Amino acid sequence: MKKNVFALVSSLAVLGTALAGCGGGQQASNQPPAEQQSGNGQSQTPAAPAPAEKKPQVLRLNLHSEPPTADPGLAEDTTSGAIILATFDGLTRIGADDKPHEAAAESWTVSDDKLTYTFKIRDHKWSNGDPVTAHDFEYAWKRALDPKTASNYAYQLYYIKNGEKANKGEAKLDDVGVKALDDKTLEVKLENPTPFFLELLAFRTYFPVNPKVVQGNDKWAGEANTHVGNGPFKIETWEHKSKLVLVKNDNYWDKDNVKLDRIEFAMVEDENTELSMFENGELDWAGSPTSSLPTDAIPALKDSGKMVTKPIAGTYWYKFNTEKPPFNNVKIRKAFTYAIDRQGLIDNILQTGQLPATGAVPPSMVLNPNGYFKDKDIDTAKKLLEEGMKELGISKLPPITLSYNTSEGHKKIAEAIQDQWKKNLGVEVKLENKEWKVYLEDLHQGKFQIGRMGWLGDFNDPINFLELYKDKDGGNNDTRWENPKFKELLNQSALESDLDKRKKILADAEQVLMDDMPIMPIYFYTQSWVQDPKVKGVQMTGLGDVDWKTAYIE
Amino acid sequence: MIRYLGKRIIFMLISLFLIVTATFFIMKAVPGGPFTSEKNVPDEIKAALEAKYKLNLPLHEQYFDYLKGVITWDLGPSFTEKSSTVNEMINRGFPVSAHLGAQALLLAVFGGIILGVIAALKHNKWQDYSAMVLAVLGLSVPGFILASFYQYFFSIKWGLLPIAKWEGFEYTILPSLALAASPMAFIARLTRSNMIEVLGQDYIKTAKAKGLHTFTITVKHAIRNALLPVITYLGPLIANILTGAFVIERIFGVPGLGREFVLSITNRDYTVIMGTTVFYSIILVVMILIVDIAYTLVDPRIKLADAGRE
Repeated sequence: MKKNVFALVSSLAVLGTALAGCGGGQQASNQPPAEQQSGNGQSQTPAAPAPAEKKPQVLRLNLHSEPPTADPGLAEDTTSGAIILATFDGLTRIGADDKPHEAAAESWTVSDDKLTYTFKIRDHKWSNGDPVTAHDFEYAWKRALDPKTASNYAYQLYYIKNGEKANKGEAKLDDVGVKALDDKTLEVKLENPTPFFLELLAFRTYFPVNPKVVQGNDKWAGEANTHVGNGPFKIETWEHKSKLVLVKNDNYWDKDNVKLDRIEFAMVEDENTELSMFENGELDWAGSPTSSLPTDAIPALKDSGKMVTKPIAGTYWYKFNTEKPPFNNVKIRKAFTYAIDRQGLIDNILQTGQLPATGAVPPSMVLNPNGYFKDKDIDTAKKLLEEGMKELGISKLPPITLSYNTSEGHKKIAEAIQDQWKKNLGVEVKLENKEWKVYLEDLHQGKFQIGRMGWLGDFNDPINFLELYKDKDGGNNDTRWENPKFKELLNQSALESDLDKRKKILADAEQVLMDDMPIMPIYFYTQSWVQDPKVKGVQMTGLGDVDWKTAYIE
Repeated sequence: MIRYLGKRIIFMLISLFLIVTATFFIMKAVPGGPFTSEKNVPDEIKAALEAKYKLNLPLHEQYFDYLKGVITWDLGPSFTEKSSTVNEMINRGFPVSAHLGAQALLLAVFGGIILGVIAALKHNKWQDYSAMVLAVLGLSVPGFILASFYQYFFSIKWGLLPIAKWEGFEYTILPSLALAASPMAFIARLTRSNMIEVLGQDYIKTAKAKGLHTFTITVKHAIRNALLPVITYLGPLIANILTGAFVIERIFGVPGLGREFVLSITNRDYTVIMGTTVFYSIILVVMILIVDIAYTLVDPRIKLADAGRE
């Protein structure tokens, strides 16, 4: 029995070292590659193959991790999303102008009350040769809404009449407002006028699936030989956790505009390794959107001028718990928000061209381009802090803790902000980090004072950011804040079919949010990457999705 | 022998049962679950998900279901990788990890023993010092640092070997070297100190006096006795190499099982946590048993328990 105790203890020890190794590994292993770049910009010249005339067009990329699924109804993450967007085509597809264009639907009509859309499905085929029909769309949407499917993104379909009810088991799937009138005509009825509906259709949860393939095979989307799509590419090989190859789909309706023959994905998790492979000419691209650049290498890459940066629709913010003193006082919340120097944080810590956020809604859907307050407004902040403390009847602030989930990046930001609060307000703030899932639970349960969080848009409309704070108990609010006026404005906006009026209503709502300041906006996200200059035509949408349909190698 | 083995196997099953039970309840006690995410989904969807994966059952029912699953070796679906079951993940990842581990192990054992023997035979000469400098380096420089160095020199600077991925024999060399470094150093030091001790024993003097060849003495008499502690170290080492490959697998993009072991915990991928833990525990207890049996083969002085005790 002694031996067995030894076995247990040593296995725990092994696990401990594995975990410790992982924590340390990510930081320490960043050093050698960073050193080799910060030398004097003498990075290896990529041994790019000489461009031959008739060479097949191959793009070599890295997926940071194995895509969990290539099933559009179930996918929840951007890695899966990228593969799905390459292998499927929705009714619409976002073009280079960031607007939705005809794709699987060749045309549509919208009723006057903006509640009924009728789509004419284009004559085209699945990658296995079956025709794509309106029934396939109806099947796919109802499948995603079926509670038995348990799709995490089913809420994307709540804009459809009875979508939410069906998903929550309060209505039958037959009552959902999507119906194939015949093979080529799809009629969709909505709950409310939804001005961004055509854009939503380009989102993966709205993609069709082939019922013949899906029925009776739970694993259809996990293997190359059973996966069927209607997009520009199809999966040729999928060696799990190791390699994925997409090839041009000859059944695609727009195949004349698809120039790439193959996309080969490696699956290397380590960002430093990925960058080395890129520098060595084994990859054509490193960094966003399918992975990220190692933070330590960013300054050197930036100086070398090779790094490309693009804003995406996302906001990095701190949330206040508005039920606990001192942040139950709006003036104190504002004092903390005004007192930080966002531009300094971006220039010195983040270094990848993020934009300072003085509002909740990112620039691609902006309601008020001037922001709602001044960055680094220290005098106002000091005054507000004093007034706020008077209102609360306290002469000294209680101990304050800023929480974030364990990560090098969040830590740097939190330390910088802690320092700024100390310098600009004279306030001491403690830092606390927790493992990601523990952190989320605590935040959702209100066990925090100030907590880090961010939001990346699902679709390019302000409502996506504002409705987070509509209900006190909403799943993504966490601040415990709600405001009847704010709620009322959001409800109005849902019924307003005039675009300009709607925008005005939403701007008023954002004003209410910023007057009450349950959140402290910090910056708007960007994506950064390095690429071989010969790669052209890769489309990055404002939401950070990537579309290789029109990509080519010069 | 048979009796002894029977007893050992029963103990193995008991320890496995304890590991499964402890892991299961500790895992469930950690806050957060597989569906805790930044984008909090409506309660109804959460309920549907939990029903789908039977997480809505009372804990003891989940536990008994799980035990049944372990006995029939059906480890359930993965929460994170919706398209795979845990069995598939193990079947895919383990051969890769085993391949990498076996190569590293061979390197470590043979390299370590050779280094150790040379150092012992040339005690306090330059060969000894250089072998031990190597060993100290191997022990003290962490695997991931070595890995990055290898990548930098062998791949980027000299272009001899691929940086990462897992597509053929040349891809396996660097990760094996990185993984083998620390156990090789350990074995070298262990072998050296034991050899030095053994070489001072009377029976070695006797053998020398008999006029036996130095080679014969070293191989037949000295090494065999010096290897006992090394064998002791092999059991945990094998499990360690199979699980400890996490960082190396990550850096070299090796599609092994090592990383599932760690990532599943961050993802609260319950079934994968349990599956990998059970799987590795089995390997560990079996290895320890094999090591115990190997003792008797190497050293006739050691008898398995029970003999002559009745």
